[in-house]
Amino acid sequence: MVRNDWSRRRWIKSATSLGAGALVEGWPWLAHADAPITIGFLYVGARDDYGYNQSHAEAAAVVRKMAGVKVVEEENVPETQAVQKSMQGMISQDGATLLFPTSFGYFDPHMLAVAARNPDVRFAHCGGLWTEGKHPKNTGSFFGYIDEAQYLNGVIAGHASKSHKLGFIAAKPIPQVLRNINAFTLGARAVDPKITTTVIFTGDWSMPVKEAEAANSLADQGIDVFTMHVDGPKVIVETAAKRGKMVCGYHASQARLAPQAYLTGAEWNWITPYRIIIDAARSGKPHPNFVRGGLKDAFVKTSAYGPAVAEAARKHADGVKARMLAGKFDIFSGEIKDNNGKVVIPKGTTHQQTAIELESMNYLVEGVIGKI
Amino acid sequence: MSAQAWLDVLIAVIGGAVRVGTPFLFVSLGECLTEKAGRINLGLEGVLVLSAMSGFGAAWLSDSVWIGVLCAGLAGAALALVHGVACSLPRVNDVAVGIGIMLLGTGLAFHLGKPLMEPQAPQIPSLALGGWSNSAAVQAALRINVLFPLGVALAALLQWGFANTRWGLLVRMVGDSADAARALGTSVNGVRIAATVAGGFIAGLGGASLSLYYPGSWNEGLSSGQGLIAVALVIFARWSPLRCLAAALLFGGAGAIGPALQSVGVGGAYYLFNALPYALTLLILVLSCSPTRSARGAPLELGVSR
Repeated sequence: MVRNDWSRRRWIKSATSLGAGALVEGWPWLAHADAPITIGFLYVGARDDYGYNQSHAEAAAVVRKMAGVKVVEEENVPETQAVQKSMQGMISQDGATLLFPTSFGYFDPHMLAVAARNPDVRFAHCGGLWTEGKHPKNTGSFFGYIDEAQYLNGVIAGHASKSHKLGFIAAKPIPQVLRNINAFTLGARAVDPKITTTVIFTGDWSMPVKEAEAANSLADQGIDVFTMHVDGPKVIVETAAKRGKMVCGYHASQARLAPQAYLTGAEWNWITPYRIIIDAARSGKPHPNFVRGGLKDAFVKTSAYGPAVAEAARKHADGVKARMLAGKFDIFSGEIKDNNGKVVIPKGTTHQQTAIELESMNYLVEGVIGKI
Repeated sequence: MSAQAWLDVLIAVIGGAVRVGTPFLFVSLGECLTEKAGRINLGLEGVLVLSAMSGFGAAWLSDSVWIGVLCAGLAGAALALVHGVACSLPRVNDVAVGIGIMLLGTGLAFHLGKPLMEPQAPQIPSLALGGWSNSAAVQAALRINVLFPLGVALAALLQWGFANTRWGLLVRMVGDSADAARALGTSVNGVRIAATVAGGFIAGLGGASLSLYYPGSWNEGLSSGQGLIAVALVIFARWSPLRCLAAALLFGGAGAIGPALQSVGVGGAYYLFNALPYALTLLILVLSCSPTRSARGAPLELGVSR
């Protein structure tokens, strides 16, 4: 254990380092089914960003109310060595035995490095691809198939668009982002195959000025429905609404920011995977290494329709949603070509949501204007 | 790429130059004034962030955007005052104090700004100068933040004032030779503190432009280093307010190129496009440097000239 690591958390908490959680961590045989547990949450941005970090923090607030659970949180932790220090600080100082590092870039190498030094602590990473045999058993990843909700966003957007041009503002071309862009586009093109999605990558998870600039550039090109995959969608929602365009939200509901322009949105429901992982930790069951779920498992949900959504659009989207809830709808069903014309999923092949191939997606489907 | 697409990119870049460049303009004018008096205030990044937060908060609480703009300026001036006074103590290094002010300003803003991320505040009105065009893109590009013309006027005023007024001469004298100023019975520290505080107020207007116009909300990634770039712009502009205007527009436009190209379907090298403003700075500094003379136009009391 690295004792000389310095972190703000450690410094602040040093005065109270002899808390009950630390004692239990020191005496693991005292742990039993309803043992008190200290859980640490780490966020890459601010907890109240109207987006990704807020979706986690809201679920963490529910966890905080569980009996016998102590929650420690740290926000604005960069995807660098800093997160290793924060995690180690939560383990050594607060006695955390279960950590939720929630940002994509925390997984490799940071979480893996800390996990190797602390084999008795459980790590549940959000979004990473945990692989049997390659990654240690005390680590794991959970994620939701939010592309289902993005597909429904696409259906609604496809009905709402008059210009047949949709816009997608994204941070980085990682597989989850590409999967959302592709699902959104496939949903829209199920309405009208003429529809295209123009994608802009801003380069990082929170770049407010660049996001506003991207929204304006897209609006100039006649794009009339926007969605996004950045940490805080607030700026994009507001900018698009100011330009008189419509928006499908992401991460959490942004309906309050632009009630007239907001169509629907793809939202997380993290408390479901949190419960699964926490229950396992408290009852001493093996750490769930690979936790996934979609709409039907209540890992994700959709925002209520805004007033601008037409009756036909509602009917279409509700129909698809019912099939998704019944487990009878596959988004990535061949033949699907990428936007260079190459077949990426051949005819007759269907990737169900659980298919591992989808988690290493590295293409944009036909109809997307943009390059990775 | 078609001619129309190139035209679209050009319009987006021109629009972006004004939208993105306005905070650069105010911060660089504020820094220009401070440096003319012989001090470097690296803390303007902190001033920018703190004033953006204060302006947003005041506008939200009072429901008046102009009270917000005023509070942004005052918050900037207050933080700059700390820098001005601290640097007047003997043997205090202005660059080191500036870094302290930068950290203080951002930390304070993040702490006090927690409850301000969710609400929406009234926005600074815009001037629609594109009414003559039928194109929505042109109209959007020429929808200009009312603070921008104010900034342009301020740049012209400073340029004229430095050359033609008594206070302009005073600021320049203090910045070029503290000994000469002392010989004339001028309070060197007094003038420097005044220039720093005025510079902080001007930079604070840039913060108001960020949080109350574009992008128009408060969050912690709002500035992402724009205040520091603006400090570098002053050196790049060779301490001339009008050249600060040109530099701010150039940088604003360069920042808009990445998204504009992607919106017409030129993707791929977006990290490269996003790095363009920085590459541009390096290139121009390399091209304009000379082995035979030091930075032309630099106030002689500045750390960079001594």
